[in-house]
Amino acid sequence: MSIFSIFLVIVFLIIAPILGGLIAGADRIITARMQGRVGPPIFQPFYDVLKLFGKENLVVNRFHVDYVACFLIFIVLAGALFFGGANLLLAVFALIVAGVFIVLAAYCTNSPYALIGAERELLQMLAAEPMILLAPVGLYLATGSFNVYTIAGAEHAPIFCLPGVFIAFTYVLTIKLRKSPFDLSTSHHAHQELAKGLTTEFAGPSLALFEIAHWYETIFLLAMIFLFFGTHWIWGIIITAFIYLIEIFIDNINARIKWELMLASAWGVTLILGVGNLIVLFFINNS
Amino acid sequence: MNWVTFLVLFPLIPAVLLLIFRSYFLQKWIVLLSSALIAIGAIALAFQYMGYGGTYLIIESNVADNFVTVGEIVIALVFLYVCRNLPIKKYWIPLIIILQYVPVIFYDISGKIPETSRYIYIDDLSIIMALIIAIIGTLITIYTVPYMKLYHEEHPEFKDHRHHFIAAVFLFFFAMFGIIFSNTITWIYFFWEITTLCSFIMIGYSRTKEAEHNSFRALWMLLLGGLAFAMAILYATNICHTVELQQLVTLNKAVVMLPILLICFAGMNKAALFPFGSWLLGAMVAPTPSSALLHSSTMVKAGVYIVLRCSPVLIGTPSGAVVAIIGGVSFIMCSAIAIAQSDAKKVLAYSTIAYLGLIVLLAGIGTNFTLWVALLLIVFHAIAKALMFLSVGTVDQQLGSKDIEDMHGLISRMPLVALVMVIGLGGMVLAPFGLIISKIAAIEALTLRSPIFPAIVIFGGSLMLFFYTKWMGTIISVSSENPPIRTRGIGLQWIALGGLSVLMLVSLLAYPWIGRYWIEPLYGWNPMMTEDVELTIIIMLILVLVPLASFLVRWKNLIRTEPYLCGSNVKESKYQYRSSLGSPTTWAFGNYYMKKFFSEEKLFKGTVIGSIILWVLMFFMENL
Repeated sequence: MSIFSIFLVIVFLIIAPILGGLIAGADRIITARMQGRVGPPIFQPFYDVLKLFGKENLVVNRFHVDYVACFLIFIVLAGALFFGGANLLLAVFALIVAGVFIVLAAYCTNSPYALIGAERELLQMLAAEPMILLAPVGLYLATGSFNVYTIAGAEHAPIFCLPGVFIAFTYVLTIKLRKSPFDLSTSHHAHQELAKGLTTEFAGPSLALFEIAHWYETIFLLAMIFLFFGTHWIWGIIITAFIYLIEIFIDNINARIKWELMLASAWGVTLILGVGNLIVLFFINNS
Repeated sequence: MNWVTFLVLFPLIPAVLLLIFRSYFLQKWIVLLSSALIAIGAIALAFQYMGYGGTYLIIESNVADNFVTVGEIVIALVFLYVCRNLPIKKYWIPLIIILQYVPVIFYDISGKIPETSRYIYIDDLSIIMALIIAIIGTLITIYTVPYMKLYHEEHPEFKDHRHHFIAAVFLFFFAMFGIIFSNTITWIYFFWEITTLCSFIMIGYSRTKEAEHNSFRALWMLLLGGLAFAMAILYATNICHTVELQQLVTLNKAVVMLPILLICFAGMNKAALFPFGSWLLGAMVAPTPSSALLHSSTMVKAGVYIVLRCSPVLIGTPSGAVVAIIGGVSFIMCSAIAIAQSDAKKVLAYSTIAYLGLIVLLAGIGTNFTLWVALLLIVFHAIAKALMFLSVGTVDQQLGSKDIEDMHGLISRMPLVALVMVIGLGGMVLAPFGLIISKIAAIEALTLRSPIFPAIVIFGGSLMLFFYTKWMGTIISVSSENPPIRTRGIGLQWIALGGLSVLMLVSLLAYPWIGRYWIEPLYGWNPMMTEDVELTIIIMLILVLVPLASFLVRWKNLIRTEPYLCGSNVKESKYQYRSSLGSPTTWAFGNYYMKKFFSEEKLFKGTVIGSIILWVLMFFMENL
């Protein structure tokens, strides 16, 4: 590990929650404007989380806080591996483990709404995970390495080889960010949610941990989008921001869909655009 | 005395002793002592031969070979004997037996088989297999003794001949050690058929109609594999002029492709890849320890072992690619079907076939890197699967059900058994644990070859994650609805459950070293073991321990509350709410099984047909 990578990891640990919180705040303002409201101040997510920390920690049993903590730890680990320049697959697997922990946290509470949320979160993982894992494979084929720094240092931006993978990845990004129409497990749109899904039984500090983990997760996923642009980092930032704007837009114009459609469409997009792109790329590389 | 001879021949002694002495006390001690001896033997063998590369043991005299010939005749007669009561319309089962044994025995007696003295070959692969069989297999055997006692208390309607069962387990060890140490395919064939016989005995143990039916299905399916093996022997004798496996894989590919494919056929058939999956699924009717044995350390592992041995021939050939795709089809389809199953044993059975499919996929590709991963998968899968089956067996005996839905809240009812189960499930799915690490390596390795294979691994892996996480969640759901169970008569079973859990955890922690010092000498350097990756793996392992530690920390200021039930909770119970008419109503929850997409009825037939086409294609691939 070089000094540079340690420096980047520390920057990630400090900046990511701040940036993630700001993105969440901006998200709420933009959403409000789309709905003809003024919306909260941009720092509202921070106020919310601080307030949550001051509240009573209501639990159904004492274990679920541990699982939420593990969720946070593994999300942070995924990000740290990513910014520390490790193997991209390892970082993605850490993200998946984090997902398993949040599902277990909801299962652990043994409350009917949380259980339904847990099942649906599992479904969301099933729908999104193949593409999340195929993206590193695509980046590997484009740049010849799984190493994050090597991919980020690619002169020729990987997106030119991987347009299909990129589109499919943004498609499942909606699922990973739990944006409507794919917010089956837990939603911030009160009108389409049964209780609060996955997070029904999280209260006070444990809900705050969940929110912070979500900020880290958002940064990690956006960083993966950014990776598609190699050294063209200005374009990377612009397009990543643009993609997030589109996510907000999609979030606001769609109602939640049934799980069958989510699973079938996500897998269809992954197979056709993702795997199709990889096959074409493989043959171009080998011919 | 040589440890190889000891390992192969020693299990016959307890097998005979167990047939003679039938008291529980003697049974227990015979099993414990001989298990310990077998395990010690394998470890001593490992110290003796580990890291020396391949070694041949020369057997000059013909005595052993003659024994094998006689043994073959005996086995053939035994097979015919068990078929004596079959209805006439099943004439083809004895026909398969006659078809394969008559020519092989004729060749043996007439001396047509090429002479050799290098009957035994030992390298790191056979040592790793020996350790798996000797340690995991014997732990399962120890578990068997108390299990069978409870089994017969619960099922007084079955005739008690458990001494047959336990003796068959030791006969199994004899055959398994025979397979992994033999170098000539004639010897492997002899031991191969003994494993078929043993599994036949085990599956048909309860003598119910279903058990009989399933055991005969297993018999004929496995005999087909034997038939392929017999054909390989004849072909190798006549065309290749050698029956030494190590010789065969070095010959010109065009000459040996057919016998190697026939041997792979036998291997994949034993590994229960589709279309032959139904024999392993049918084996579920047997007492649970036999499932644990068949699925983890013996039987199916012999199948993938032989495919691994053949992989030097398969590498880079179209046939090898088809072998890999056959594995891939089983991997994806079985993972998908497992989602729709709620019977714990069935879920495990499908996931076994899925993992074996993955291993065959890796062996079919056959680069050093994929073989390295395949071997890691064999090790970790053996431990995790044995652990899972045994804990399901225990839960079944204590709870009276092996339905996953009935395990809801198991952590509150049987905390220790549930913990063991979570370790097993964690070993299957969670990243720092072995199987996912091997899967990362698999994706890395396969990306080099073709993007189709990583796609198969990724989709199959996602499906697998779904049903295992669902299961794990169901177990750890903290529920006080049902009272804790006072476990009875587990006693000796804890040796196996505890031993396997410790083994699981230790092998996870030792994973980088297993890879470096055992598997690397066998298959060479690979990029997974660069310092950087090792570092990240160690970081991840520390992070396994952190969550474990966090469970010991008590959070302060936790305030207990009731689960959210829209505010209409009933005071007395967490599991009831007040319905619209005011009466207390119990809520219930069931997992998603998504039968719409993944049901057995929808996928099974198509998978069988698709795989048959692929198996036929495998043989004609070279001629296309």
